[in-house]
Amino acid sequence: MTIPDGAMLAARLRDGDRSAAPQTLNLVENRTPEGRRQTAALLRELSPARLGGEAQGHIVGVTGPPGAGKSTLLGELLRTWRGRGLTVAVLAVDPSSRRTGGSLLGDRARIAFDPTDDGVLIRSTAAAGRLGGLAPSTREAAGALVVAFDIVVVETVGVGQSETDIAELADTVAVVIQPGSGDALQFIKSGIMEIPDVLVVTKADLREVALRARRDLAAALRSVGERDTAVISVSSLAPATGIDELADALAAHRTVIDVPARRAASRRGTALAAFGAEYGERGLRAVGGRRAAERRLAEADPQADIPALLDLLSPDAGQETT
Amino acid sequence: MMRTYAGHSTAEKSNELYRSNLSKGQTGLSIAFDLPTQTGYDADDELARGEVGKVGVPIAHRGDMAQLLVGIPLDRMNTSMTINATAAWLLALYIVTAESDPAGAVAPEQLSGTIQNDIIKEFLARGTYAFPPGPSMRLIADTIAYTVEHVPKWNPINICSYHLQEAGATPIQEIAYAMSNAIAVLDAVQARVPADRMEAVFGRISFFVNAGVRFIEEHAKLRAMGILWEELGRERYGVTDPKALRLRYGVQVNSLGLTESQPENNVQRIVLEALAVTLGRDARARAIQLPAWNEALGLPRPWDQQWSLRIQQVLALETDLLEYPDIFEGSVVMDGLVAEMLEGSRAEMAIVAEHGGAVRAVDYMKASLVDSHRERLRRIESGEQVVVGLNRYQQAEPSPLVGDGDGGILTVDPAVESQQRDAVRAWRDARDTAAVDAALTELARVARSEDENIMPATLAAARAGVTTGEWSQTLREAFGEFRAPTGVGEAAAQLPSDDNAFLELRDEVEHLSEALGRRLKILVGKPGLDGHSNGAEQIAVRARDAGMDVVYEGIRLTPAQIAASADQEGVHVIGLSILSGSHRELIPAVMDALAQRGIDVPVVVGGIIPDADVEPLKAAGVAGIYTPKDFDITGIMRDIVRLVADRHGAPTGGG
Repeated sequence: MTIPDGAMLAARLRDGDRSAAPQTLNLVENRTPEGRRQTAALLRELSPARLGGEAQGHIVGVTGPPGAGKSTLLGELLRTWRGRGLTVAVLAVDPSSRRTGGSLLGDRARIAFDPTDDGVLIRSTAAAGRLGGLAPSTREAAGALVVAFDIVVVETVGVGQSETDIAELADTVAVVIQPGSGDALQFIKSGIMEIPDVLVVTKADLREVALRARRDLAAALRSVGERDTAVISVSSLAPATGIDELADALAAHRTVIDVPARRAASRRGTALAAFGAEYGERGLRAVGGRRAAERRLAEADPQADIPALLDLLSPDAGQETT
Repeated sequence: MMRTYAGHSTAEKSNELYRSNLSKGQTGLSIAFDLPTQTGYDADDELARGEVGKVGVPIAHRGDMAQLLVGIPLDRMNTSMTINATAAWLLALYIVTAESDPAGAVAPEQLSGTIQNDIIKEFLARGTYAFPPGPSMRLIADTIAYTVEHVPKWNPINICSYHLQEAGATPIQEIAYAMSNAIAVLDAVQARVPADRMEAVFGRISFFVNAGVRFIEEHAKLRAMGILWEELGRERYGVTDPKALRLRYGVQVNSLGLTESQPENNVQRIVLEALAVTLGRDARARAIQLPAWNEALGLPRPWDQQWSLRIQQVLALETDLLEYPDIFEGSVVMDGLVAEMLEGSRAEMAIVAEHGGAVRAVDYMKASLVDSHRERLRRIESGEQVVVGLNRYQQAEPSPLVGDGDGGILTVDPAVESQQRDAVRAWRDARDTAAVDAALTELARVARSEDENIMPATLAAARAGVTTGEWSQTLREAFGEFRAPTGVGEAAAQLPSDDNAFLELRDEVEHLSEALGRRLKILVGKPGLDGHSNGAEQIAVRARDAGMDVVYEGIRLTPAQIAASADQEGVHVIGLSILSGSHRELIPAVMDALAQRGIDVPVVVGGIIPDADVEPLKAAGVAGIYTPKDFDITGIMRDIVRLVADRHGAPTGGG
């Protein structure tokens, strides 16, 4: 079993060599000690210090309830982005239960793409745990691929509380809902749902219903004092509509945020998740609990890479867990 | 009526076959189209590679259709066409061929026959769909509305429960999903014809059912369908004419239960299945097609088809089967069975209705079928369900029927594909381009309109010399592309605690995943146009249950798509499934595409692979080959785990 060299993969990604992406994904998913060492090397070689700043790509989270039409929408978005000359990687996180250990990763079947187009990569991954959160490897993968791709989409299933992970990881979060499902409306009003950066209402071909849903959502957002969230209506049925507007809204959001601050927070979240996956609750207690760990990470240099952040936590943990 | 389902290679070869079958006493035609024609691609399309002329005849334009039917009296012929997504198109070609028959024009009112034209079962089981569900239902409604007025002797739809049983449906699922499908179709037509025409429409709907070897139960199923159909006509559509209310159905008996091992036993299975649909007069089939004894081995030869025809002739002409009134009248046992079927079917139909009808319930029905099929395979694996020659009495004398040079099957000359490719290009070069463009522009306009019938523009396109691929592409652009649900994601996880072989397999998967550093990941792929996905689905679900991460993208993938997915997904092993006979072309093409991307993982193949093809596939680099006689899926999975372990130098075994 040969494990790829993390530093070499990083060098290829820095050169914009997208054919290094599949191997990079194989590596970050690898849980063997050597795999983790090479992943650390990869991430160090892709740190802001090494790149001379944050990676220029755009990490977009796309989330929503099952059946809302996310995959067909992504197929259309892919076409639009490619038409604008942008390269895209999609990390499709499958929510299916891990009760048997295995997963059926069926999502890529629903995203139309041209196999000869090397500007597109789609990778399915299983969710972490039962609640559909993001696996640490998915966070690391997004951070690595955004060096070589213009857009990295992380697609997850859920509405309500499970978006916390994606909000922490992505530069921009789009929540996709279909008209007629009152859930999102209720979640916004009751304050359960993190307010997304862009709200997408699908099935605009249902005209009246979709229009009403869009109006209701805009009203709900105003009622909680949220005026910056764009609400976009789309239809993925031929001929697709609203896709250009959505791509514009996503790009516009990227220009108004403080990217370095978001990415620094994302790396801290990833380090904490990776630490949790490695050492568990016991490890967290050894560093004084989750809050203490978060404080320790917050004090670190914003440009610190994930392995460096992990080092801030790990020495204490090592004493109790080995 | 007696027919055999036939067609292969070219229009010319198929025409010879039809004329020879008619001279042997066959009383109608049953046309099998090749997969590119069924899914709307011309022979020179990338997706058609390896599939041209394989499972039926390629028909690209009116010239091919005229060649197919030359010398056959269309005014007296009853022609059944197994065509669905492109049914409106093939019907138009048939009408245009008849009106310009050199032996004398035959008017549409004189034509009789059937187009299958049932799309829901394509989404559920057979896989030759071309357009999304909504537009597909509209095409069906258009052809029905058109034929009722202009081709009155034609059966514009044959609602198929046949393929549902092939996909694992229980008798109750078969009844309930077929009836729910009929409701969806009739509701769609109701919106497109005047109210006083619904009785005529109802009377033109026919069914195509399956009959398995449990022939008493199967007979009860058909009696139950007859009762439900009459009820539906009276109550939902206000039909009163007793003739229109009678369930009309044709049959192809079960292929799912036919075995590759000791294939001669299939003859007695076929005879018993034929009894299921003929025994009681009150529920007797109108038309019967019997499969050939060697279907599980490959394409049947004319001699094999003749044997199937002779079975029907012996039943009808030598026995006393047709001499009595209904022999089950007053039978307490039969009435009880029918009542059970009715109760179960009504409950299942109610669930489909709750989902919003058959079109919206496709996901639900598909997942239910995958579950039923998995249960059937489990019972065969465990020996609870006996299949003679497969899981019991496997020891047998060598069969003299399969020992000969051709392996007991027909093979299609690979040159057919390139000839057909050249022919369709030549056709395009020779026609009036302006007329073709105008016809396609008009077709696109009608397709985008919401209420215009598609048939007049389709007939005009047929006359102008448009090809099958062009007609379909125009509609794909108007309607959008579609991929049907795979049903596997929803299939419930199964954790048998008492199956030791399976538990050992799970241990092996866990150990190997640990050693690899990430979970064992498999790509299950179906290259080509073949839509028979049951086998691939069962492998995908079992691999998931065994603890693997499974990438399954459904049917109709090009070799390039499979290679791209394998690369991007970082899989450790690839399983390919092909049942259309195109493995000789497609498997090496997949191996080439993988090599081009530098992917070096073991590839295994499952499907109907004749013995003679095993060595060439191994030479192309295939690591394992499985056919219908390999019913032990757990054993196949263990082979796969070992292949990956060997490739990575990892130990196997549960230690």
